[in-house]
Amino acid sequence: MTEDNIKQKTRQILEKARLKLITSLTDSIPQTIAVIGAFLIGAIVLAATGYSPLEAYGTMLAGAFGDIYGIGQTLTQATPILFTALAFLLAFKCGLFNLGAEGQLIIGGFFAAVVGVSLNGLPVFIHLPLALLAGILGGAIWGFIPAILKAKLGAHEVITTLMSSYVALYVTSYFVNYPLKAPGWVSQTIPIAASAELPRLLPVTQLSAAFILSIAAAIATAYLLEKTTIGYEIRAIGLNPAAAENAGISTKRGMILALVISGAIAGVGGAGEILGVHRRFIDGFSPGYGWDGIAVALIGGLNPLGSIIAAILFGAIRSGGISMNISTGVPLDIINVLQALVVLFVAAPKIFEYVKKKGGFKWLKLST
Amino acid sequence: MVGITKSFSGTLANDGIDFDVKEGEVHSLLGENGAGKTVLMSILYGLYKPDQGKIFVKGKEAKIENPAKAISLGIGMVHQHFMLVPSLTVAENIVLGSEPEKYRFWLDSEKANEDVTELSRKYGLEVDPKTVVNTLPVGVQQRVEILKALFRRAEFLILDEPTSVLSPQEVVGLFKAIAALKQQGKSVVFISHKLKEVCAISDRITVLKRGRISGTVNKENIDMEELAKMMVGREIPVVPLQNPFLQEKVVLQAEGLKAFDKRKMLGLKSVTFKVHESEILGMAGIEGNGQSELIEVLMGLRKLDEGKILLNGKPITNASVHERIKSGFSIIPEDRQKTGLVLDFSVSDNLILGRQDQPPFAEKFYKLNLEKESELAQELIQEYSIQTPTKETPVRHLSGGTQQRVVVAREFSRQPKFIIASQPTRGLDIGAAEYVRRKLIEMRDKGCAILLISADLDEVLALSDRIAVIYEGKIVAVREHSKTNELEIGLLMTGAAND
Amino acid sequence: MVEIIDIINAGLFAAALRMATPLVFTSIGGIFSERAGIVNIALEGMMLTGAFAGVLATFATGNPWLGVIASVLAGGLLGYLHALLTVKFAGNQIISGTGINLLALGGTGYLCQAIWGSRGASQSVKGLEAISIPLLKDIPFIGEIIGTQTPLVYISIIVVVLSYILLFKTPMGLRIRAVGEHPAAADTTGVDVYKTKYLCVVLSGMLAGLGGAFLSLGHLSLFVNGMTGGRGFIALAAMILGGWTPVGALGASLIFGFADALQMRLQSVALLPSQIILTLPYILTIIVVAVFARKRAPPSDYKPYMKE
Repeated sequence: MTEDNIKQKTRQILEKARLKLITSLTDSIPQTIAVIGAFLIGAIVLAATGYSPLEAYGTMLAGAFGDIYGIGQTLTQATPILFTALAFLLAFKCGLFNLGAEGQLIIGGFFAAVVGVSLNGLPVFIHLPLALLAGILGGAIWGFIPAILKAKLGAHEVITTLMSSYVALYVTSYFVNYPLKAPGWVSQTIPIAASAELPRLLPVTQLSAAFILSIAAAIATAYLLEKTTIGYEIRAIGLNPAAAENAGISTKRGMILALVISGAIAGVGGAGEILGVHRRFIDGFSPGYGWDGIAVALIGGLNPLGSIIAAILFGAIRSGGISMNISTGVPLDIINVLQALVVLFVAAPKIFEYVKKKGGFKWLKLST
Repeated sequence: MVGITKSFSGTLANDGIDFDVKEGEVHSLLGENGAGKTVLMSILYGLYKPDQGKIFVKGKEAKIENPAKAISLGIGMVHQHFMLVPSLTVAENIVLGSEPEKYRFWLDSEKANEDVTELSRKYGLEVDPKTVVNTLPVGVQQRVEILKALFRRAEFLILDEPTSVLSPQEVVGLFKAIAALKQQGKSVVFISHKLKEVCAISDRITVLKRGRISGTVNKENIDMEELAKMMVGREIPVVPLQNPFLQEKVVLQAEGLKAFDKRKMLGLKSVTFKVHESEILGMAGIEGNGQSELIEVLMGLRKLDEGKILLNGKPITNASVHERIKSGFSIIPEDRQKTGLVLDFSVSDNLILGRQDQPPFAEKFYKLNLEKESELAQELIQEYSIQTPTKETPVRHLSGGTQQRVVVAREFSRQPKFIIASQPTRGLDIGAAEYVRRKLIEMRDKGCAILLISADLDEVLALSDRIAVIYEGKIVAVREHSKTNELEIGLLMTGAAND
Repeated sequence: MVEIIDIINAGLFAAALRMATPLVFTSIGGIFSERAGIVNIALEGMMLTGAFAGVLATFATGNPWLGVIASVLAGGLLGYLHALLTVKFAGNQIISGTGINLLALGGTGYLCQAIWGSRGASQSVKGLEAISIPLLKDIPFIGEIIGTQTPLVYISIIVVVLSYILLFKTPMGLRIRAVGEHPAAADTTGVDVYKTKYLCVVLSGMLAGLGGAFLSLGHLSLFVNGMTGGRGFIALAAMILGGWTPVGALGASLIFGFADALQMRLQSVALLPSQIILTLPYILTIIVVAVFARKRAPPSDYKPYMKE
């Protein structure tokens, strides 16, 4: 290629990237407003209960990004919720509500722990992938059950995925309290073999290679949706199942695949937590990552790459929140409140039309 | 109604129509699809506002802004699609919104049942007030709808295509009821396309054609052929196209197709036909006579109860939709937005819909070859003159005509062996419609077998080599295009005659 | 070693009735919402908020009955939020429900810590005292089960009866059913579709709040973070199992309540680990939803009704 050709090609690529960036930014206006709105209402709540919003948000920010430790913890918190966000969004693209990412994550972690604890004496480059595969398998199975019930019997996945989360919680709790329990008071297994551990990335922090995996998963999900046949079919089914059927696409097969892959992704998330952070299976190790994932997916604009940003945002809120709680005493649950507010704002996009009609945004501009 | 004119986005649905109904009269509105019958009556019922014209009820001018106003004036309408709550009883459906009460809060079911029984006896519309509506046959459900209007003191009843959902026995029952209503001094407007029935029941018949009144006839002067002419007659006779390519070989064969429709009634009663290579077989018929079921059964979207379908001699009766598409089936669906396109997908994504898992677009069984998709899109946009800003533009933003071009481009570029074209020019402007028809002829010339299903009689007459008429789930006649005319087809379409 | 036969006694059934009560309130709340055509998966959050509000009000006033009223109001408020998002703004019912659940969980935890300084539980407050019904309690066996219970248990039975009457014997109930099944038909007969949906969703919140009041005031006398433990979702299952009718919901709730009570007693028998028994209601729900999926649910669910 001549020099001119190279220059021209580079210009084309840059132009394309610039356009994409602009459209992504404008597309994410509703989500940005949702986040801002949530923080505003959060500020009101804080003030009403006697805390200073500025102080609270300030320490949160400092805790999340202020030093290497903070950044490390932020990314650590972001990791599992990125996985569950991807799980939710993949199913959503197919028109399905996967509310069971929590359970799929737990089972995935459990399967990974089982492989990690047994099969001793294997070299790390066999043991670790095996453990990860076990996580994928666990999550996939847990996603398959509601999937097949939906495809064959029409059982609504909202309830079945939700219920399966509770079953996952209790079943794993049983195993970790009885057959697989380690000696001592805590309901947990014995530590996994070193050959199954995901390496830590930053000393002092809990940041592990699971974070890299989560980014890879986001890229893989984006690739799946945009560049594969199965992704095309999933999106077609989600947007217009009738047209998809008319074109010969099997909606049943697509839905099953979507939920199974969705479960598998959550399963990897669980495996990542177990193999990278805790290094053993602990009863109740997930403080609700499945639910956080839904908020992350929604704020990420139901887009894998946007979810990365949203996950880091929510991870920052979580880890920064811990610092905030320690230094200012603001209850930790403000994190969950903020998250909930974000979801509620995104639930009804028509709110923005309504507020716009009533001149709400004019008010915002005036008072700032 | 005087001088009623109404347009919908440029199409004149009613053009200066004068229409009157006397007390105790059954006045029918006869016409094809799109003649403007339902629009006219919807205006009367307050569902639409006329662009021009006035309405007089009992001599006084009336402005009918909504159905509630119409009801208060004593006008009731029974639509083609019933507004009944399936799990409630007959009486509950009838009194909904004006329920009789006992002790302030208690629903007086007994009184409701009594009132309904009394009402039903008065008009000879037998119903059991206590039965749950979704267990009732359609004919009885219709009676409930009529009673709903009567319960609200309607003096003037509009029945929109009431017999399209009834069995022959139920039609007899309906006619008895209409006679009883007449006796009680009620006026009835009977909207229909079924010539025979209209002739049997009416005191006066007004024929609408393309939004205008083409004639009014009194009971004494009824002549079916005359009426058919009024309904479908063309000033300029349609000249059927020549087809020098017509072959002997049979591409598609359908034998004895029987299928149930959504309401578990027999939508297709026994359909048999053949389509030859390089032939357009036109299927004429008013919508609702089995065409949708036929299309679904041919494409594999609906299970056949009985019958066989063969493509080039090979049976494909049990093949999946996907297999049929791969074997050379192609369809222009009647509702491009609902079943033909994924509106939020780009033009190029829509152009490979149905082929996304086949080479060259799919490689290594999972990867989408986006370059090839892009190439194809470029090619087709050029070849079919698809007006779109870019090939990434979501199809949602394109005009109806352009959307149809996308569908046509996609389906025809696959080199299909058999095309089902269902209402292919519906909602298109003249230019776009001409384009689609031209393309169909092109495909025919190339050897394709085409089944053209259209409610536009002109289109069928102009394009088809042979014309089959479908009525009430059966093919009632098949004619060579040169050996028939629109009058005969019109008569056949309306059930006035059959082979 | 305690034998299994020892645990089957009147106490078991009395406990079953107690465990069932919050489910009865909440599932009937769910019935009203779904019958009017709005899916409400936020029952869990409404229940939890009700539980919290009840304890808060009792803490402030010393009167548990004022607490009960506060529970009802709090649940109703969340119901109003859900209605606002799903009816007025035609938002996604599942996402709105999820958001409300998250809000309730976070909000109650936050306030619990802000007010009582502990994230896990509130202070103890005065709970509702059990009452005994004079003649009823002397009947052998039955009397032990139903003769002495928290007043809310008796109220729940009354709610079942009232709901049945409202839904099937009043004009309002007729309109609710019509609006849920065929909003267009209801609209054309002059029924105010929006208002009916609003009322039903708010009512569902109020009933769920009442269910929460039972958990905190009728059962434990304090608030524990996340004390509903998924009961709001089990109530949804009870609603489905009960065929979206109040009496059916009562029956289904009793079944689930029985499973819960049994599970607690079986722990002492060491027959099956408690965790496994705890999974049973959820598995039962999955089976119910799968088997009864084709059974007619109010069909206008999930689609917001838009007036043309």
